[in-house]
Amino acid sequence: MIKKLNKSSAGKRGDSVRSDCYFEIELKNSGGIKIDLKSKVNVMYGESIKQMILDMSKFFGLKDAKILLEDNGALPFILAARFELAIKRLFPDLKKEYLLPFHEKNLYSTKKDQLRRSRLYLPGNEPKFFVNAGLHSPDGIILDLEDSVAPSEKDAAQLLVRNALRSVDFYGAERMVRINQLPKGIDDLKFIVPNNVNVILVPKCESAEQIHQLEKEVERLKKSLSPTPSLREGALQSSPLGGELKGGSDIYFMPIIESALGVIKAFEIATASKNICALAIGLEDYTADIGTQRTNEGRESLFARQMLVNAAKAAGIQAIDTVFSDVADMEALRQSVIEAKSLGFEGKGCIHPRQIKVVHEAFAPTAEEIEKAKKIVQAFEEAEKKGLGVVSLGSKMIDPPVVKRALNTINLALMNNLISKDWRKQ
Amino acid sequence: MKLVKNAAGRFVPTEVNGETQIPFKGVDKYKPKGVKAKPPIRSCIDYPSDGNKVVKDLKTALKKAGLKDGMTISTHHHLRNGDAVTNMLFDAIKEMGIKNIRWFPSASFPVHSHLVKYLEDGTIHHIEGSMNGPLGKFTSEGKMKGVGVLRSHGGRYQSLQDGEVHVDIAVILAPTADPFGNATGDRGKSACGLIGFALGDSEYADRVIIVTDNLIPFPCVPWQIQGGNVDFVVEVESLGDPKKIVSGTTEVTKSPDRLLIAEYVADFIETAGIMKDGFSLQAGAGGTNLAFVLFLKEKMKAKGVKARFMRGGSTKYLVEMLEEGLTDYILDGQTFDLEGVRSMRENANHVNTSPFTSYNFHGKGNFASIVDTAVLGATEVDVKFNANVVTHSDGYLLHGIGGWQNCLYSKCTILAIPSFRDRIPVIVEDVTTICGPGELIDVIITERGIAINPRRKDLLKAVKGSGLPIKDIKQIKKEVDEICGGAPAKPKVNKEKVVAIVKWVDGTVLDSVFCVESTSKVAST
Repeated sequence: MIKKLNKSSAGKRGDSVRSDCYFEIELKNSGGIKIDLKSKVNVMYGESIKQMILDMSKFFGLKDAKILLEDNGALPFILAARFELAIKRLFPDLKKEYLLPFHEKNLYSTKKDQLRRSRLYLPGNEPKFFVNAGLHSPDGIILDLEDSVAPSEKDAAQLLVRNALRSVDFYGAERMVRINQLPKGIDDLKFIVPNNVNVILVPKCESAEQIHQLEKEVERLKKSLSPTPSLREGALQSSPLGGELKGGSDIYFMPIIESALGVIKAFEIATASKNICALAIGLEDYTADIGTQRTNEGRESLFARQMLVNAAKAAGIQAIDTVFSDVADMEALRQSVIEAKSLGFEGKGCIHPRQIKVVHEAFAPTAEEIEKAKKIVQAFEEAEKKGLGVVSLGSKMIDPPVVKRALNTINLALMNNLISKDWRKQ
Repeated sequence: MKLVKNAAGRFVPTEVNGETQIPFKGVDKYKPKGVKAKPPIRSCIDYPSDGNKVVKDLKTALKKAGLKDGMTISTHHHLRNGDAVTNMLFDAIKEMGIKNIRWFPSASFPVHSHLVKYLEDGTIHHIEGSMNGPLGKFTSEGKMKGVGVLRSHGGRYQSLQDGEVHVDIAVILAPTADPFGNATGDRGKSACGLIGFALGDSEYADRVIIVTDNLIPFPCVPWQIQGGNVDFVVEVESLGDPKKIVSGTTEVTKSPDRLLIAEYVADFIETAGIMKDGFSLQAGAGGTNLAFVLFLKEKMKAKGVKARFMRGGSTKYLVEMLEEGLTDYILDGQTFDLEGVRSMRENANHVNTSPFTSYNFHGKGNFASIVDTAVLGATEVDVKFNANVVTHSDGYLLHGIGGWQNCLYSKCTILAIPSFRDRIPVIVEDVTTICGPGELIDVIITERGIAINPRRKDLLKAVKGSGLPIKDIKQIKKEVDEICGGAPAKPKVNKEKVVAIVKWVDGTVLDSVFCVESTSKVAST
């Protein structure tokens, strides 16, 4: 190890800090590891916290140091990430990773045409929001490494997001990470690709070339995953990653179009890789880029949004709308989703858990849509039963994409409790 | 100190502060017999015939009341954290050189940390009431001369009635009073709503002193305390800060996780069939408990359901329900904010109640068991549904019991709690201190799911197939332990040294609070 500094710190301190912690390491020449632990949960978890610090010190070869921990009830995955960061800030060349066991519930994969009505943004350096995020039932959670993370804390967010992908149960939500703008974002990939990220969001995407660059690195990282977990560098080797993730479950890309150039190149981007599952639009940056203000009516972005929907549909992928930023105004959110739906968008970004339910309700099919879908699905099933190649409803022929859309509508209606499971009998 | 195992499986002392104690025998298993306690006979000829009982100051009143060492003095928490009278009272007692007072408050608040010095110098011998904040810390660390006694609001009335506690002097703050001693809480510059916690003291204490900052000519109408029970009236400049009767827990939570819990509570009440015309509920303070009322309100409106009565802790949210016609009455046990105070003063259907009507074990029935559902909080709940409201998981006394124990008698008692706070599990294997036996706790609602007490087969059946996230409580505990990094270690306490006891509503001893051993926070290898 090459020593550059003899003191480092990581994390958050102060009276207002909750569910987080602050570490300080001061290297010494002798005396072993000295821990000064000030913890809100000292009685309940003081011993296990000390043990973790000792285990990690040993793992990283830290021998003589004074370690200060101010802990305001940080969960283990947070403590581990903060301490690893404090060590790595002292020894930037350290390659080892202290990996917590992979939560078995986190091994799921998702589909390219996964339902993506809502995606909840979680700032990467605010780990206290991670652990309950999935309880609010978003279709996806986004661990954000980009705009919500201060430049000086990018390294903190990378470790927290890595640990969260391994340890935090997101209750089935699609696990997404927004990386930094390329090419910087390439550096984020080694923290997420080995840890079963489902979707990578690519901010400020402006060319197919960027996607190719990203895809190349993702493929390289996937190949480098060792076939057996025990051969991988890490502290705890009980992770059942190997079989499931070797070569990997699919990782999809969701480019975010946030500029005039990106809008013009939307189709090129949408078709840059078979792993692109959706195009999303980011209107804050886009309106700035075209030199205007974002309004509630959104007239200034109509072209961009329609262009994006059109490009996405032409490429056979989903179109996802921007976030709605007024967390207090649920009615305006509802109207915004209804409008987005009418333009052809299938999803909306959320920055607060309370928005999720509203988004889902607003994307839910109307009674009229459900009735129509029921008839189509029943006609389709009838035709299948009779072995007919062609589906018709009344005098009209029904194309397969129409059937698929009707099935989606029925599925959404079921998810929103708008029809019962045995709707066919009613 | 001799400890015996009680029916809750907890070790409790058989003697506390020189008085014999009865260990908890099980819910509804203990009924004391005999005759109720009685105050001494007084005659009107000993009181001013012009009805003017005003004396110069508090010290004079205490002197006239015959204050002596070792007496029991009671106070009440109607001004919550805005109370200045209790501190003023003990300043006077200290100046008079009196020692070893048994302080019998209906609750204590952070403002009373002023009294720590009187616990230290022996002015106060021990507290029977609640021990919060610095008082709780002082008690938990074994520094109080006597042993603390924690009682519910109903248990306080029970102890007055069956003679377990005899109050020598009751000092009752009254936002408005007349010279005769008729007093009320719903008006005056320090208006706090009701002053019902003082009712029992006014009837059973040897001497009763009214302290007011709004002395009006006779008569004070309406009167919540009757002047016929009052010995002396003292006028002071200010009772304290009525704005601080609004504690931090009377604002609706903004936390999405707490709101999720609140939403589950409202969903449960609707789905289980509790929300129907003429139903009743009790809502406590605390952000989550207030929020569920708002969610329930929407459901009631949507279905056109009206409640017969709601019990508070009244807040502006209950007042809105009353004013919008969603409930016929508020039966208020304690006014939590100034909107509640206003409503009580102006609206005849916002009724002030007392622990006698609401909770008293020796009443001929009480309101608590009539209520359809009570939604409460807790600091810990265990897998047997036992719950704790007085200690923190580190063993320190944290809160009083309030009306919590009494409310457990509702037809469906719901605890709405997060499954963990920061890294502190709330769902645990065994609660640090039992305050409520699991058999009275029907439903635990957390952000991770709803656990129904297996005894309540009717509730389990009512919500079956509803889509509500019903889970086994052990499953929730397992999830919490996984998140927090294993089950929490228990606090190191001295099992020989009881610092406080927790009474059940019938006066028996439900659990002991043990002396916390100070923990060194610096470790090295």
